[in-house]
Amino acid sequence: MTGPGHLRSAVDIAAAVRKGEISAAEVLERHLARVGAGESGVHAFNLVLTDEARRQAAAIDAAVAAGKDPGPLAGVPIALKDNLCTRGIPTTCSSRILEGWKPPYDATVVERLAAAGAVAIGKTNLDEFAMGSSTENSAFGPTRNPHDLERVPGGSSGGSAAAVAAGFAPVALGSDTGGSVRQPAALCGVVGVKPTYGLVSRYGLIAFASSLDQIGPFARTVEDAAAVLDAISGPDRRDSTSLREPPPLASERLKTGVDGLRIGVVSELAGAEGISPDVVARTREAAEALSAAGAKVEEVSVPAAMYGLSAYYLIAPAEASSNLARYDGVRYGLRVEGGPGADVTEMYLRTRSAGFGAEVKRRIMLGTYALSAGYYDAYYGKAQQVRTLIIRDFETAYRDFDILLGPTAPGTAFPLGAKTSDPLAMYLNDVCTIPSNLAGHPAMSVPFGTGDDGLPIGVQVLAPALGETTMFQVAAALEGAAPPLAEPGITEEAVR
Amino acid sequence: MTSTTAEISWEIVVGLEVHAELRTRTKLFCGCANSFGQEPNTNICPVCLGLPGSLPVLNRTAVEFAMRVGRALNCHVQPSIFHRKNYFYPDMPKDYQISQYDLPINTDGWLELPGGTRIGIVRAHMEEDTGKTTHVGGGGRIHGAAHSLVDYNRAGVPLVEIVSAPDIRSSEDARTYVDELRSILVAIGASDGKMEEGSLRVDANVSVRPAGSEQFGTRCEIKNMNSLRSLGRAIEYEAERQIGVIRDGGTVIQETRHWDESTGRTGSMRSKEEAYDYRYFPEPDLVPLEPSAEWVAEVEESLPELPAERRMKAGSASGIAADQDAVVTVVRLDLDRYLDNVVASGASAETAAIAVRRLANEVAAEIDSIGNLDPKAFTSLVTMESDGSLNPMQSRAVLKEMLASGGDPEEIAKRLGFEAMSAGALEEVVNRIVSEHPNEWERYVGGDDKLTGFFVGKIKAATGGNADLKEASALLRSKRGT
Repeated sequence: MTGPGHLRSAVDIAAAVRKGEISAAEVLERHLARVGAGESGVHAFNLVLTDEARRQAAAIDAAVAAGKDPGPLAGVPIALKDNLCTRGIPTTCSSRILEGWKPPYDATVVERLAAAGAVAIGKTNLDEFAMGSSTENSAFGPTRNPHDLERVPGGSSGGSAAAVAAGFAPVALGSDTGGSVRQPAALCGVVGVKPTYGLVSRYGLIAFASSLDQIGPFARTVEDAAAVLDAISGPDRRDSTSLREPPPLASERLKTGVDGLRIGVVSELAGAEGISPDVVARTREAAEALSAAGAKVEEVSVPAAMYGLSAYYLIAPAEASSNLARYDGVRYGLRVEGGPGADVTEMYLRTRSAGFGAEVKRRIMLGTYALSAGYYDAYYGKAQQVRTLIIRDFETAYRDFDILLGPTAPGTAFPLGAKTSDPLAMYLNDVCTIPSNLAGHPAMSVPFGTGDDGLPIGVQVLAPALGETTMFQVAAALEGAAPPLAEPGITEEAVR
Repeated sequence: MTSTTAEISWEIVVGLEVHAELRTRTKLFCGCANSFGQEPNTNICPVCLGLPGSLPVLNRTAVEFAMRVGRALNCHVQPSIFHRKNYFYPDMPKDYQISQYDLPINTDGWLELPGGTRIGIVRAHMEEDTGKTTHVGGGGRIHGAAHSLVDYNRAGVPLVEIVSAPDIRSSEDARTYVDELRSILVAIGASDGKMEEGSLRVDANVSVRPAGSEQFGTRCEIKNMNSLRSLGRAIEYEAERQIGVIRDGGTVIQETRHWDESTGRTGSMRSKEEAYDYRYFPEPDLVPLEPSAEWVAEVEESLPELPAERRMKAGSASGIAADQDAVVTVVRLDLDRYLDNVVASGASAETAAIAVRRLANEVAAEIDSIGNLDPKAFTSLVTMESDGSLNPMQSRAVLKEMLASGGDPEEIAKRLGFEAMSAGALEEVVNRIVSEHPNEWERYVGGDDKLTGFFVGKIKAATGGNADLKEASALLRSKRGT
């Protein structure tokens, strides 16, 4: 892809920087200028790392000048979701409770990106502790969708999705616990990937629900997403759940086409509650495009996927209630003293009352209840059984199909505030994405046309565990067949 | 109770939970040093502090130690998983503790007390230790303290919690059980067993029931005992308290009580109604632990001889019963390698018995100086005593010197002016002393045994300590005709 510096693809930027055709510093400045022009409207970032990024870019340029290869992502600006630890740089999870905390370490993915030559440009906004589907639950105010500033970018990685859609960075990282990369990717018209559980180290990702969380890339192209995923995946001794085998290469078969692949359209996903007709239509068109390209496409049933949402809303809050217990005011972040004569319990209570937002409190309550004596078997235990059923149903489907297809989100981006008073309606946004988290399988969202409102729609490509290579192969074919998407409202002219 | 009945006798029922810190080089889930007595908060990292984003990685050596404990206690070593035990406490960095719950690594074992009583082991599971709080003001309790100091050096230190069946029937057996367990843990290298440094901590579940009853009474858990003495006292006190409650027509309430060493009483900490709901669930940050059969076999083969076996050997070498205090002490203090050396030199059972007594008394009392005692030199000393070159008193004096500054027993004996006396020479001295003190002798013959000491003292002085005083008093008695 050619074009102005800030709209070049990551792969193009890296190639140009490595050849010395453009400096990392220049690439960065163009993106910073874009941020300067658009950020006040979008609010993608909690923090823009201007100085740090300039130092990183200078180091890349110095390496190139010295004849060294700074790596496959040389000079590529990348936005990081603000639940990824960055050494000495505030990491907030968009929560008051972490106020003032600077991690003394980098997340493994942050280290790997730096080693690949990428330049961290900022920490992006999110739903507090990654809990939400619209990025309206941030303690620092919502992020807005670059395609329509009155609408949400999706969530919880809404800041990262918006940063890429707005051209603030060619690529970004998010985290996906129930769809938090794929759903905002769909709503913002970009590519978003949730890899196989264990493919990317979670070390330094501030946990929401440990057994579901995975870090994944956002990009404007499938090829860029593959390049970022390849840079961050692989075994990590600091994460026990990290897979030990060499990772599948996401970028291996991007140009192979889909001839002969068996693709199943999941009837439960396309027929799920509240899916808009536009979304169903785009999913059908995507399937037809793949069929036209030589794939064998059929409908397939994954019955237990219907129960994914219910199981998820027991398992994820249960783990979250435990993961978030450490924010007690004793060691770091916010502390609200209990007042004269108060005991330590009072201090915990006041700290947590003041530090957490409504949605986080709601999920801590849900999770505490689901795990408590007398309810464990009926709720958490049952949800784990459902999870096993979902894994089995997917395994059955993957006996007949290489790849499954479905919608990513039920509709296009909705107006800010439209669902904030109805948590259940909000939760339904993840109905199509959640099953892959429960199964631990990879899935990604690829932009495929728009709704009647002109806003982007994403189609979801699902694969069996470690099926990333085939998943990207199909995603690349879909990308090639997709109707072109209009640039978001923030234009090059606004920068100049 | 409505009527006075004959005094019924009560039986104490005790089950013990022993937390043992494992002697690994590093902590359970991170690479921080596992060491005692460092400056507060110096052995810490993001993982043991539970900082956001950090993840636990299981220490292989800790697993191996846990398996050693399991096999030494005749447990079944099985595939296991870790759970989170959720509760809030300032010294718990994550506000949950990673522990094992319904699938512990070791189950269904037993431990045999030196007297032969077998105590069931329900489980021996792995978990991480917490940090340590010091509450300033408010009498040292968290509630009412002006402020608290928290040291996380201990947070993440690997523990094995060994849970006994309620098979213990007396405070003495409880102490013996902990003592034996400690010996085993030290012998297999899993723990240093230091109760005073907190590397071995004991909680006791105590209940009482009428003797002969099959049913268990309501139990109370007692915490905070930091010595074997406290353990014994606390159990005795608690049993008496419970018997008193029942006698007065009351009901024992199931609760956790703490032991107050200064008052010698237990006091209520929290009752069942306010008991924590730990909300256990499988730890998603760790994968299931499935030691291979080969690994378990390897661990089992590497186990050293255990104290019970060693006592048996020491007992049969010396002719002293394996469960006698002297043998128990020798093995517990790891002194039987000295005995082994004596036996290996071809000594008789009599000589071995002398060695056991010297080890259990003199050496045990000076255990800190054990480094000075060369096993070969010790063997020579015991041989000198058994062949009569030294009498027991002289031998003790020489041993004391050896423990103080090492050295060869023959040289020390010479330096101290010790030489063996022949039986004839001793008799001569005895006769002389008797004739020099005719009045005292008359009283002694008349039955005044108190004069034994008088004569023995004179003989000791006359021989410069070289006489075997036991033999001297035997001579005196035979001369008197008793």
